[in-house]
Amino acid sequence: MLSISHLKKHYGGRTAVDDVSFEVRAGETIGLLGPNGAGKTTTLSMMSGLVQPDGGWVSFGGERVHQDAASLKRRVGLVPQDLALFDELSAWANLELFGGLYGLTGRTLEHRAEAALGLVGLSSRRADRVKHFSGGMKRRLNIAGALLHDPELILLDEPTVGVDPQSRNAIFENLEELKARGKTLVYTTHYMEEAERLCDRIVIIDHGRVVANDTVHGLHRLLPNSRSVELQFEGGAAHAGAAHAGAAEEPLLTALASLPGISAVSRSEAGVRLETDDFAAGLARALECVALAGVRVVSVQSSRATLEDIFITLTGHGLRDAPVAAPLAAKVSA
Amino acid sequence: MIIGVLVPILIAAFFGYVFGGNGNAESAKIPIAVVDEDHSDVSRAIIADLGQDSLVGVQMLDRSQAQRLVRAGKIQVAAVLPPNFAARATAALDADQERPQVELLIDPSQSLSGRIVEGVLVRYAVREVTRAAARGASGPNAPREFSLPYTVATTKMTAGNNAPYNSYAHSFAGMTTQFILLTGIDAGIVLLLLRERGTWQRIRAAPLTQAQFLLARTIATMLIGIFQFTLIYAVAIGVFGVRIDGSAVGLAGMALALCFMNSAFGLMLASVGRSAAATRGIALLVTLLLVMIGGAWVPSFVFPKWMQQVSLAVPTRWAVDGLDAVTWRGQGLQAALAPIAVLCTTAIVCLAVAIWRFRWEDS
Repeated sequence: MLSISHLKKHYGGRTAVDDVSFEVRAGETIGLLGPNGAGKTTTLSMMSGLVQPDGGWVSFGGERVHQDAASLKRRVGLVPQDLALFDELSAWANLELFGGLYGLTGRTLEHRAEAALGLVGLSSRRADRVKHFSGGMKRRLNIAGALLHDPELILLDEPTVGVDPQSRNAIFENLEELKARGKTLVYTTHYMEEAERLCDRIVIIDHGRVVANDTVHGLHRLLPNSRSVELQFEGGAAHAGAAHAGAAEEPLLTALASLPGISAVSRSEAGVRLETDDFAAGLARALECVALAGVRVVSVQSSRATLEDIFITLTGHGLRDAPVAAPLAAKVSA
Repeated sequence: MIIGVLVPILIAAFFGYVFGGNGNAESAKIPIAVVDEDHSDVSRAIIADLGQDSLVGVQMLDRSQAQRLVRAGKIQVAAVLPPNFAARATAALDADQERPQVELLIDPSQSLSGRIVEGVLVRYAVREVTRAAARGASGPNAPREFSLPYTVATTKMTAGNNAPYNSYAHSFAGMTTQFILLTGIDAGIVLLLLRERGTWQRIRAAPLTQAQFLLARTIATMLIGIFQFTLIYAVAIGVFGVRIDGSAVGLAGMALALCFMNSAFGLMLASVGRSAAATRGIALLVTLLLVMIGGAWVPSFVFPKWMQQVSLAVPTRWAVDGLDAVTWRGQGLQAALAPIAVLCTTAIVCLAVAIWRFRWEDS
């Protein structure tokens, strides 16, 4: 349905998008995942025809997308990251205005606006001014504004940014409903859990380049044996720096990091978090090491690697601006 | 910073300069006409004296020319020296004699000029008439006491000789021009704000071309301006008694041209401005300049000569003059054609710059 081929975009001397290619099939939900500044929004802007690529192209149903491609724009809905609403107007007036941009009038416009408001659960607030809406309601109305012309493809640029968990869940339900209606969604986010919940396939972008393009399951296969383990100590994380019997004056964390089968070690609230290459052998060695250090383990919790872990593995850094967890010792490289 | 610092400096400098601080700048003379129906040595001497005066610039006209030019606002005052003025005024130095009447035709929007000219005329007329009396009389026939040897009748040159002047008409012309200009600027600022928000992406994601968008903005801002113009003039007419003594078609033409210019001006600001915050201050500064020099606040005759000449290049001056012409001056559609042409030309230039500089794609 949508083909993105060798897209490039430069702003001054900075490369925002560098040879990005991927395909979107009809009915799919694709997540564009990456940290802030990775090039997600620029890629989405080129997909919607807002920005002209410096190289490469986007084709939609076999037709090249460009700025004045009116017929294509009628088939695409864009949900911008910044709220695209007029605060002084009512929800209904906003939708009337946006519908008008697509030539919708009269009964058709009324019907479409009612349906869009119904989908995002704001029918009862149609007459209220947007300035009185909560952040989550504005986000939902922002989505409704892109649905009026019944687009086949909906491009969503971080539609949940800055909203509370309850509103985020409501937005997920809206998007799942759209997905159930057969709409094709392309969704940018830097929230792993959103991508895991909603997307059939995830395209990971970093520094303007695609570093992975696979299903969630496929991405997990990139780290087949990886698994996190958290060891909780009696007395909490204070013991993490305890001296190790086999390496005088070396803290326990360094000792753990040196063990075969352990790829990374970091401090957790109640103990340490271990990333294992070989779960069984790594865990056994780690428990032995901790026991030798005279630290009592009160709890062992393990989990599969998350998309966050996969992202760190692929790029060497976290998704958010702030570090996810500062590894004290890490064997993982980009 | 611009609004808080530059604007007050600009306004203070403007008023200070206009009202006495202009140093050696040549002061503009009040344009007046003298209609000499007396053709005597005294009337010629008075005209010669007026010609030497630093306050007034004199031209000789016949009565109908003078009436036409004052009514059109081209000259501010015309003094009519009646037949036998010299003889009757000389005789009237004897207070028992009937005094001749000098008629002053004045532009009522510049009534201060009428008073200034009346004073200047007194000075020279008394001097020349007393001189003539002194030359022709002595001994017991010499004037016994001084009195003004003529009377003055002032005629306000409005749409018709009997039409009273409504001072609100001129002030409404000035303020309408100013605030429609501000509406145009507001529209430009709103567009810049739009660019800074997601709404801009939504608009651009819609099947609209740049040309369609610019045309829509121009028309929308024009319509807002026309609505504003209509409301202001409805109040002016309904509440303040302003009359359209000239041409209703001319007034409609002026409204369209003024709103077209302001819409294009706002669009140009949005095209050359980098951000709403920075552009707002500069736009306000430019607007105040246009309004001040255009004569909407202070009558242009108090300006120094160079500023009066500059004001002719300012579209707001033409807007105010055009609105005056088709309302209280009672001029026909023809009087509005030049202002309309100036406003439309300015609009087209602004629009051309706007199209040239408009950033359709975000950077």
